[in-house]
Amino acid sequence: MRRRRLLPWKLLVTLALVTISLIVILPVRDKIRLGLDLRGGSHIVLECVDTPDAPVDDDAVRRVVEIIRNRIDQLGVAEPVIARQGERRIMVQLPGVTDPERAVEIIGRTALLEFKNEDVETLLTGANLRDAQVQFDSFGRPSVSIDFDSEGTRLFAAATTENVGRLIGIYLDGSLISNPVVQEPILRGEAQITGRFTLDEAQNLAILLRAGALPVQVEMIENRSIDPTLGRDSINAGILAAAIGIILVFIFMFIYYGTFGVVANLALLCYGIFFLALFIGLQATLTLPGIAGFILTVGMAVDANILIFERIKEENRSGKTWRASIEAGFTKAFRTILDSNITTLIAAAMLFLLASGPIRGFGVTLSLGILCSMFTGLWISRMLIEMFAGRIKMKT
Amino acid sequence: MELIKKTNIDFMSFRKPAYIISAIIILISLISFFTRGLNYGVDFAGGLLLQYSFDQEISVEEVRSSLADLALAQSIIQKFSENEVVIRTLRIPDETREAIKENLTEDIGQAHLVRIEEVGPAIGADLRRLGVIALIAVILGILLYVSLRFEFRPAVTSVLALAHDGLVVIGILALFQREFTIPVLAAVLTTLGYSINDSIVIMDRVRENFAMRRREPLCATLNRSINETLSRTINTSLTTLLPVLALLIFGGRMLQDFSLTMLIGLLVGTYSTVFIAGALLVDWEGKKPVRR
Repeated sequence: MRRRRLLPWKLLVTLALVTISLIVILPVRDKIRLGLDLRGGSHIVLECVDTPDAPVDDDAVRRVVEIIRNRIDQLGVAEPVIARQGERRIMVQLPGVTDPERAVEIIGRTALLEFKNEDVETLLTGANLRDAQVQFDSFGRPSVSIDFDSEGTRLFAAATTENVGRLIGIYLDGSLISNPVVQEPILRGEAQITGRFTLDEAQNLAILLRAGALPVQVEMIENRSIDPTLGRDSINAGILAAAIGIILVFIFMFIYYGTFGVVANLALLCYGIFFLALFIGLQATLTLPGIAGFILTVGMAVDANILIFERIKEENRSGKTWRASIEAGFTKAFRTILDSNITTLIAAAMLFLLASGPIRGFGVTLSLGILCSMFTGLWISRMLIEMFAGRIKMKT
Repeated sequence: MELIKKTNIDFMSFRKPAYIISAIIILISLISFFTRGLNYGVDFAGGLLLQYSFDQEISVEEVRSSLADLALAQSIIQKFSENEVVIRTLRIPDETREAIKENLTEDIGQAHLVRIEEVGPAIGADLRRLGVIALIAVILGILLYVSLRFEFRPAVTSVLALAHDGLVVIGILALFQREFTIPVLAAVLTTLGYSINDSIVIMDRVRENFAMRRREPLCATLNRSINETLSRTINTSLTTLLPVLALLIFGGRMLQDFSLTMLIGLLVGTYSTVFIAGALLVDWEGKKPVRR
């Protein structure tokens, strides 16, 4: 038979594929990119909004992105993602962040610093700053010391000269944070902001001032934050569920189909290996719904085998020899497998429509799983069954 | 082992009872959908979800009384696990948020904020719209593909069975006021993809049997096809059900709603494939036969 001669070649290709996949996969640790819902962190979407003073334009949004990037760099987050979405929205992803509220506070704040005289006229703003640092006074209380640039030094010198003996208000985003009396003109271009700060507040203020004020107002319109511990719990639960689910399927297939079940289980094992290799190779991101998607595709992966086995049984019952039944089973089941998988693929593709993040991860695993399972179901199980066709039997 | 011997069940004679059962379930679904509505989670409704974890076991009552003075209008407080609580509310100012944590830590014990989901109304509305589009697109996409691969009528009845499944699952979610979140919607969409699988396998067999036995009445062909594919239908449902059950029991609280929706969807999908899709075709062809 022609097929018989092709077998060694098929076996070699399969073994090569399995080997390559294993090389890609192992060691599995740290190779899978985890989504924010599994590794913990914040997914934040900001929207620039018009105010009478500062209408939003393209340039402003671009500057907002830059300034937010500066602020995040100062927060010391590893691998942040900052991307503009559409006209006015900015998406920020901060993996591993444990204090999302502080992050939001720092990212979304306009941080417009203003120095005003007693008549509430603006003398100069934070735009003329060169640096801002946290300092401690002799009582250990934190304050923020600022350095002006040359323009700022000139303006501040003029302002302090004119207002000796009077108050200068320091405002952040319109609210008064400090209101010192000017003792003498300050010509060196340095100043201290001493409010009643906690250390955290002083540090946040220094970061905001160093990175600069946002040119327009932004509002936080979406924030999804997960603590890393919760993410870890999800991973552990997901792995446990996947392992138990797969073992149950293994047992079922073995009890029901005997040696054919073993073939299906081997194919399922290959399915898992190929799936992981593709997933890692494509640098896809694993999310919690993604884990669920993978577990679901296990059922789908054996479905191909069930369809084929049931077909083989039927063909055998109708009086064909084993070999002919196997041949007919695969041929006739092929079209059904194709049709039924493509419809699931259609559903999976539509999931891409639904936002970014976790659900897209589900769509990815589902689609990858369908493609992989078709391959293992039609190619690997067939090869194994043809290899052992003379020796294995299935009750009909 | 053989669970299903070669069967010869007259599925088509169950047509009437099946229609009645489905009509009742759909009616209940529609009524609960329009009267109670879906219990939209933060994803779709907008608002704020805060999850706190404690070092010891807690009760909803102590959390509720601890937050009583904060006037959290329209907020829902639920136990998430033994030592975790979820608060769903409208968006609140930062001070109130800090006050929640302070109150909880003072009255109950150190409260750790482990999850925030905050969605503005505009995004919620966007997602609701996208959700509806995705649902319709899935159904139309499948209808298109199936009518290209099969004939128009089996395609329509399969998709009707599919719409039946979608309606029933969403109706059950509305009836029991389960939270409707993005993962739950994903489960509904996946259910649709699965449900059509079974129908296709049966329709495929109908096509094959039709070609072989041209004289046989459609009713008999359908019965034969459903019976011939029955053990596959049941085995596949089982091998899909096993992982979903594992997910439901061991997959952790975060995936519970998703797994539950999948479970309901699988059961409804298998039922409708066997009892509804073919039955509708028989009645359609019976009323207005198409020349073949």
